[in-house]
Amino acid sequence: MLIDFFLHLKARRLPVSINEFLALLEALQQHVIEHSIDDFYLLARAVLVKDESHFDKFDRAFGEYFKGVEALPGMEVLIPEDWLRRAVKKHLSDAERARLERLGWEKLMETFRQRLAEQKERHSGGSKWIGSGGSSPFGHGGTHPEGIRLGGRSENRSAVKVWEKREYRNLDDSVELGTRNIKVALRRLRRFAREGAAEELDLEGTIAGTARNAGWLDLKLRPERHNAVKVLLLLDIGGSMDDHIRVCEELFSACRSEFKHLEHYYFHNCVYDYLWRDNRRRHSERIPTQDVLHKYGNDYKLIFVGDASMSPYELLQPNGSIEFNNAEPGAAWLRRLADTWPHSIWLNPESEHSWPYRQSTSLIHNLLGGRMFPLTLDGLERGMRLLSK
Amino acid sequence: MRFSGSTTYVTTRDLNLAVNAAITLQRPLLIKGEPGTGKTMLAEEVAAALGLPLFQWHIKSTTKAQQGLYEYDAVSRLRDSQLGEARVADIGSYIVKGVLWQAFECETASVVLIDEIDKADIEFPNDLLRELDRMEFFVYETRQTVRARQRPVVFITSNNEKELPDAFLRRCFFHYIRFPDKETMKSIVDVHFPGLKPALLREALEVFFELREIPGLKKKPSTSELLDWLKLLLAEDIPPDVLRSKDQKAAIPPLHGALLKNEQDVHLFERLIFMARHNR
Repeated sequence: MLIDFFLHLKARRLPVSINEFLALLEALQQHVIEHSIDDFYLLARAVLVKDESHFDKFDRAFGEYFKGVEALPGMEVLIPEDWLRRAVKKHLSDAERARLERLGWEKLMETFRQRLAEQKERHSGGSKWIGSGGSSPFGHGGTHPEGIRLGGRSENRSAVKVWEKREYRNLDDSVELGTRNIKVALRRLRRFAREGAAEELDLEGTIAGTARNAGWLDLKLRPERHNAVKVLLLLDIGGSMDDHIRVCEELFSACRSEFKHLEHYYFHNCVYDYLWRDNRRRHSERIPTQDVLHKYGNDYKLIFVGDASMSPYELLQPNGSIEFNNAEPGAAWLRRLADTWPHSIWLNPESEHSWPYRQSTSLIHNLLGGRMFPLTLDGLERGMRLLSK
Repeated sequence: MRFSGSTTYVTTRDLNLAVNAAITLQRPLLIKGEPGTGKTMLAEEVAAALGLPLFQWHIKSTTKAQQGLYEYDAVSRLRDSQLGEARVADIGSYIVKGVLWQAFECETASVVLIDEIDKADIEFPNDLLRELDRMEFFVYETRQTVRARQRPVVFITSNNEKELPDAFLRRCFFHYIRFPDKETMKSIVDVHFPGLKPALLREALEVFFELREIPGLKKKPSTSELLDWLKLLLAEDIPPDVLRSKDQKAAIPPLHGALLKNEQDVHLFERLIFMARHNR
C-alpha cells in the first residue's frame, strides 16, 4: 500500500526515509485522518517533508501521483477518463484541431505532457511559455494549458487545487550546496582558543592547586573554548557574478554564523585601490585597500570569492579597470594581498573545467600559486584543508 | 486527546492535523514559520486545551543538550566534602534535573516545549536523537536509566537560523506556519480584541497588509506586531477615518513604530511616502 507513492516521492528527489514512510502508515492505521484526500495530503506533508523549501517539490510530486484520484489511495482508486483529451477537444476550434491532428494525436499528447512537466520544472510559471512559442503546436491563444486543466476538471475535485496552487514555490531551493553543508565544510577552519570570562572548571588546574594547598580545595576556573579563527572575505560583486549571487549569499550567511571574527569587503572583478562594505553605497563609502591591508593582522585567513573572468587587461595593465583609473595593475594588488595574508584561497563559482579556457582565470590561478578552488562542497573542503594547515 | 484550537488561539486545519498526528503517534512536532506567527504560543495553548502540564526549555546559544536531561553539580559536592556535610555520600543529591527529566517523571502525560532550537550549537539536535526517539536516557553518575512514564508531547520551534540535521528531522513531524491570510487574520484579531469596531479593524488590516507589500523591508510586520499596534490604536482611540485618509496618500499610519521595528525600514517607508507625495 502506497509503496509506489513513496517511491515516486523518492524519484522526485524528496529526501524521504523508510522510517517516515512507516510513520505515515502508522498514522493511517491509527485513523489520524478520515478518508479524505485533502487530509491525506496534509498528513503526508507533515510526516514526510521536513523543510518548507521542499513543500513545492512535494506539491508537484503529489499532484503528479494523485492526478485525478479522489478517494484515499488503497481504498478505491478512481482514475478518470483522459480528461486532458476531452478538454483539449472542447477548447480548440475545428480548424485548429484538424491542423493538430496532422501531427498525430498520441504524439501530440505525449509532447504536450512533456511540455507541461517541463514547464513546471522550469518554474516559468504558466501562460507565457507555451503561449509564446509560436511554432509549438500549443502556441495559439486560448489553449493555455492551465485553461485546459481547469476545463477538464470536475467541480468536486477541489482538493487538487490545494497542491496545484504551489504556494511554496518561493521557498524552494534545489541547490546542492545547502547552508548546512557549507557550514560543515567551514568547520574545518575552526580553531579553538580560550578567551573571555573564566567560567569553566579547570579540573587539572584545580587538582594541582589543591595538592599544592595540602588538600585544601583551590578551585580554578578558565574561559571556555571559542572558535578563534579570523576570516577576511573579499567578494566579487556585480557583472558576471550576478549569476552566482545566490550561492555566494549562502556561503556568506553560513560564514556569518560560524565565525566570530569575520570581516567582509566587496570588489568588482579585481581588487584595486578601493574596496567597499555596502554595495548600495559603493561610490560614497569606499575604503582604501591600503587601509584594509594594514588593519588586519596576518593571522587572518583571506578568502576571495569571485569568478575571475574579466579581460586580461584588467589584471595586467595600469588603467585597465572597467570603471576606475588604476595606477597599478590588478595583478599587483592581488599579489600584495596574497603576500600580506599567507593563508589565502580563491573560491570560484564557475566550474573547474572551464578555468583553463579563460585567460584571466588561469592568470589568477597562477598568481595565487594554484590556490583556487571551485565553490562546491568538494572545493570548499579542499580549500579549508589548505587554510587550516 | 484531540486539539482543535482554543478560544484564544486560532488554528488552521493543517496545523490541527499536524498537532493531532504528533499527539497520536507520539512524535515530536517541529514548528517553523515567520517570527511572530505564534510558534511558541502553540505549545502553551495545546497544554492548556488538553489540560496537561507544560515544561518549557528555552534554548540559548550556550545551551547544551545535557542541560535538558540533568546536570551534575560537582563543584558544590566538592565544596561540601571540604565542610564535612553528611549528604556528600549520596551523589544523587547533587544531580539537578533538567526539563526533559521532569517531563519524563511526570505522572500524567505532559507537553514539552523546546523553544528556538536553532539558537543552539549546530550539534545540539544530534545530541538529543535517542532521548527524543526512545524517551529515555542514562545517568552516568547514579547508573540509572530514566524512562518516560508517559511519552510527552514535544513541540520544537525553529526560526531557521541554522539548518537541522537530517537524522533529527526524520524523527519529527513538521509544520510550517504560513503567514495568515486576511480572513484568518480577521479571526485572530477577533479573538484578541472582541470589541474592536469593524470599520477600524478593516482599515487597520488594509494598512497592515499594504505595509507588508512594501519591497525591501528588513523585517516585515508580523501578527504579534499587528496585535500590539491595534492595542495602541485602541488605547489612543483613533477614529477609523484617520487610517483611511487615502486622498492624501501621504499619511503615515499613526503609531507606526509598533509595526516597523527597524530604523532603516522606517526611513524607507517615509521615503516612499515622500515620493508618493511628489508624484501626485
